[in-house]
Amino acid sequence: MNPSTSLLTWLTFSPLLGVLVILFLPKDRKPLIRWVALLASLVTFAVSIVMLVRFNSNSGAIQMMERRPWFQLAGIDIEYALGIDGLSVLLVLLTTFLTPISILSTWSAIEERLKEFMIFFLLLEVGMIGVFVALDLFLFYIFWEFTLVPMYFLIGIWGGPRRVYAAIKFFLYTMAGSILMLLAILWLGLQFDSFSLPDLIAAGGISGSIQIWLFLAFAAAFAIKVPMWPLHSWLPDAHVEAPTAGSVILAGVLLKMGTYGFLRFNLPLFPEAAVRLAPWMALFAVIGIIYGAAVSYAQKDVKKLVAYSSVSHLGFVILGLFALNPQGIQGGILQMVNHGLSTGALFIIVGMIYERRHTREMDAFGGLWKIMPVYGALTLIVTLSSMGLPGLNGFVGEFTILLGAFGSKAIGSPWFAGAAAVGVILAAIYMLFMYQKLFLGPLDKEENKALKDLNLREIVTIVPLIVFIFWIGLYPRPFFNLMAPAVEKLAAALQAAAMVVH
Amino acid sequence: MNSQDLLTALPVLVVAGFACLLLIVDLFIPAARKGYTAGLAALTLAAAILVILLQVAGDHTAFGGMIIQDGFSRFLQLLFLVVGLVAIGQAYSYIRRQGIERGEYYVLLLFSITGMMLMASAGDLIVIFVALELLSIPLYVLSGFARPEPASEESALKYFLLGAFASSFLVYGIALIFGTTGTTQIAGVFEAIQSAGSVPQLFLLGAGMILVGLGFKVAAVPFHMWTPDVYQGAPSSVAAFMSVGAKAGGFAALLRILLAAFPAVASTWGPITMWLSALTMIWGNVAAIAQTNIKRMLAYSSIAHAGYILMAVPAAVNQAAAGQAIHGALFYLAAYAITNLGAWGVVLCLEKAKGGGLEIDDYAGLGVRHPILALSMALFMLSLTGVPPTVGFIGKFYLFRAVINADLVWLAIVGVLTSLVSAFYYLRVIVTMYMREGDPETSGDIMLNTTVWAAALGTFIFGVLPGPLLALVERAGLIQFLP
Repeated sequence: MNPSTSLLTWLTFSPLLGVLVILFLPKDRKPLIRWVALLASLVTFAVSIVMLVRFNSNSGAIQMMERRPWFQLAGIDIEYALGIDGLSVLLVLLTTFLTPISILSTWSAIEERLKEFMIFFLLLEVGMIGVFVALDLFLFYIFWEFTLVPMYFLIGIWGGPRRVYAAIKFFLYTMAGSILMLLAILWLGLQFDSFSLPDLIAAGGISGSIQIWLFLAFAAAFAIKVPMWPLHSWLPDAHVEAPTAGSVILAGVLLKMGTYGFLRFNLPLFPEAAVRLAPWMALFAVIGIIYGAAVSYAQKDVKKLVAYSSVSHLGFVILGLFALNPQGIQGGILQMVNHGLSTGALFIIVGMIYERRHTREMDAFGGLWKIMPVYGALTLIVTLSSMGLPGLNGFVGEFTILLGAFGSKAIGSPWFAGAAAVGVILAAIYMLFMYQKLFLGPLDKEENKALKDLNLREIVTIVPLIVFIFWIGLYPRPFFNLMAPAVEKLAAALQAAAMVVH
Repeated sequence: MNSQDLLTALPVLVVAGFACLLLIVDLFIPAARKGYTAGLAALTLAAAILVILLQVAGDHTAFGGMIIQDGFSRFLQLLFLVVGLVAIGQAYSYIRRQGIERGEYYVLLLFSITGMMLMASAGDLIVIFVALELLSIPLYVLSGFARPEPASEESALKYFLLGAFASSFLVYGIALIFGTTGTTQIAGVFEAIQSAGSVPQLFLLGAGMILVGLGFKVAAVPFHMWTPDVYQGAPSSVAAFMSVGAKAGGFAALLRILLAAFPAVASTWGPITMWLSALTMIWGNVAAIAQTNIKRMLAYSSIAHAGYILMAVPAAVNQAAAGQAIHGALFYLAAYAITNLGAWGVVLCLEKAKGGGLEIDDYAGLGVRHPILALSMALFMLSLTGVPPTVGFIGKFYLFRAVINADLVWLAIVGVLTSLVSAFYYLRVIVTMYMREGDPETSGDIMLNTTVWAAALGTFIFGVLPGPLLALVERAGLIQFLP
């Protein structure tokens, strides 16, 4: 296991080092456990930086490929195949970046059963990175399902009052989708005697009508995970009940696994089906955008508001991906990152106030700016980022997506982009409404008058996110450069499929 | 009969012979030292394992075709022997704790294992009948071992009456087969039907009755009624053994008879077993949701798993998928054995006197009080659901693959959807262990704990690196005489 040739293996499994150490620590050494977990996630982040340095952004091909036979099942080789390209590199970095931040955000919030919490959290990171780098369908499925288990425990043990209900709902919903994908994976494996994604893409030649069925089976898993309207109803429950760090990772990374799945599997494996179904996907995406925004506005609980806003934001990502042109896909990928940063930050912000007041009802607050100016300022930036203010990251992503969707031949009508643009306006309404309820107006609640502003640890938690919010907003080029060649390649393949269809 | 015959049947003979011997030796072992009996029984099983490993590979028949020792039977015999070893390890302290320790327990266990082993290598319908009785009668007795506990007596009586009823189906079916073909040898039945050209109605009736008799043993719906009551009433260590051993024994016979003797009527039993499988998966999983007692839940779970394994039977009708289906079934049986024995081991750890500690609610707080035990149980529950990275997932994957390969996509869809249903009740155990407060007491000893830990390790390791187990299954080869 030479680290230079198997960098991705090291990256994927490096959080396990932390798990091993924590396993042998006594459970009442809480500060030590926290530091070890943080350190392990930082080591993983460092490895991912090494990966980034060695990543060749001029190539659209899969890089740092590792392929080893794993075992043979009924005559089919199942491979341990990892690799990375422009489609996944940013998501891997997002994962390794958000994990230490989440651990930091939970520093004082989790006191009970801390040891298990950190173990599950690091195991979750292994699963998430694995999902983004796995290139064998079987291996991918294992990582995909595996992420369910730690997340289920994180919600179920450390969650809010209705945690058990939310945890089971989360598990069953997600599993319902993935088992259909499992059947499609099995079918593909049988047809092509391989589960390796590059081999399957190279082999091609799945007939049009079967492509539709396979597309739908994969989409069942991914659409639930994203979640797309109308399969979203697990999300508000899971988000509201999850502990802060769980919500951050859930919104920041786990939901991206769904959109990434569309990008990595549905588009290249079933391009003709993707072209045919693109208008439908766009329709559901736009409904999700409007619906999510409308429901967000109606919420009284801040966390629920942020949760529903995810439905709306991820609608943009789906719309971008199914524009099936380079702008749309690039915007979609960037928006995945943006949503991870902004919504991650929002959940951390909600967690901070909840830790102080143990409520998230908007009516319980008001005028917080006067006593918590630092908190207010940081929240303002994140809020503006989430609603897509120019100069911040959200704008770049949404604008690129709308541009792509507007000119998309696959979607076929500019009206989808037009309707989605309404979502941007709605986002401004509900986000500003939330901000106003929390921070503006008179400070008239007795309980709020003694609230302390953020401490250093909390500022350190959120500032890295703010840095990237500005960076992507002002100078997104490096990010687009990373993904451009791979996206061009994918778009060319989709273009060819569109020629076949029309 | 010659020495070659004896050598071929040696594994069965070793267990049977030593069991008879142990029955006598046990008389001289004082009641306080029944551990010696357990030790001797374990040695017997270990010796038989050694004999199988030393046997010449390849297909052999003995006693004029009565016994077939092929890769299929050797694999299953190894499975039975290992299951037997685990069963002894799990029973040792449990039956002492429950005040039902008697030397006969281990002897009966050995006899039942003899029956299972014979079942796996039967080459004649009569041998299958004898093996089935040898397998079952000790289990009837073991189910009632906790007498005068009414539940245990009820369990034994129920099992006996329904078992006898099923046996009569089997034997009547055999009689009809004999009547129409003039032979009871599996190979002979196959040839007689093949050469006859047409299939007599009575032959079909006989085949159907055999299916009913064996369906009872593997607890397939609608022949499953006895399972929850028997499992609940029987001592838990017996139920653990039964849920794995008797089921695998039933499948050994089912696969061999249907595939080696009755391929000519596959167009009839293919659809029938397909429906049985679908019904079993659906009903087993749906009924399990309503259970609050862990033993009853595991009983329904074992019915459901019979349904999954049963998928292999209709899949094997398709020539292209036959090999995979058989291997898939064997792998699944092994995976189920590892996982399920582990789960029952946890049940044994938590059971208190007079049937206390058997409600799922009694598991509340286990995650905090006994983290390793809870973690093991969580692994077993995930494996039974079929969530990676556990051996249960690989097992399901293998079976579903064979089923899809045999163009039975709808059956695979029923399989995955019912897996989803099963997630609900398996997760409930995890929820109770980790997300509810409680202070459960456990009384595991070192041997019982070892079986649980070993099963947990096996569940995980074979889930990540299934290679060796897969190789073992695939080396087991196909059923001899498979056309």
